[in-house]
Amino acid sequence: MKALTDAGIRPVAISVDKPEKTRVKMVQEAGYTFTFLSDPELEVIRRYDLVHAEELASGKDIARPAEFLIDPAGTIRWRMVTENFSVRARAENILEAAKGLP
Amino acid sequence: MSGFMKRINWQLWAGFVLSLFAGLSYPLLLSDWELTRDYAWANLAMFAPAMVLLILGLRRAFKPDKRLVSKIFGSLAAAFGVSLLAGLLFLVFVAFRWLPESAGAPQVGQKAPDFTLTDVNNKPVTLVQLLSEPINNKPPGAVLLIFYRGYW
Repeated sequence: MKALTDAGIRPVAISVDKPEKTRVKMVQEAGYTFTFLSDPELEVIRRYDLVHAEELASGKDIARPAEFLIDPAGTIRWRMVTENFSVRARAENILEAAKGLP
Repeated sequence: MSGFMKRINWQLWAGFVLSLFAGLSYPLLLSDWELTRDYAWANLAMFAPAMVLLILGLRRAFKPDKRLVSKIFGSLAAAFGVSLLAGLLFLVFVAFRWLPESAGAPQVGQKAPDFTLTDVNNKPVTLVQLLSEPINNKPPGAVLLIFYRGYW
């Protein structure tokens, strides 16, 4: 994550968790310093078509894992919508994708 | 030493312990490393010798001179090892891929839909804001949106 911000990339994490929960779990316990946004009503998650309805472990509607790299004009330059929970984007993939940006 | 090795069914024990380790090390240890998390090959590889040992142990447990208790114990140990392997295979090849289609997710080259959401301090934040607010006193080169499952 440090490598990303050093490259001028702002990581922004979005989940259904409420702000209080994220503050405790991600900021206080895990010590992350980047932006966390809460989408408990799945408003944005639905708009991005990333709803995982009645997910098995939680039984709730949550977001499936996905990453989007967006340039300052708002255009998506790279994305990863994984087909496998265990396979996630790696920092080096993102930095590679960001090299093409102005 | 050799008398001891003859008395206990060491293949069965070794196979049992190895499959226990192979089955549990994935969720407990190896999933933290990207290479082994993505493919779980290290765990599946560990199961190969574990299964061989279990088969050898099982054959030994069912030799005619063995007592019933050794047959029961041998079968239980082998069944446990096989179910651990089945559990890992299920996790890696089925459960991890249980994801909905996201055909409508924005594609590369498209505009990212704008939004307003609240941050951890209950402050509203828009995508436009995130794309323009400086990082280390410089305008941001990009925003990386990370959708994650969360804790619920």
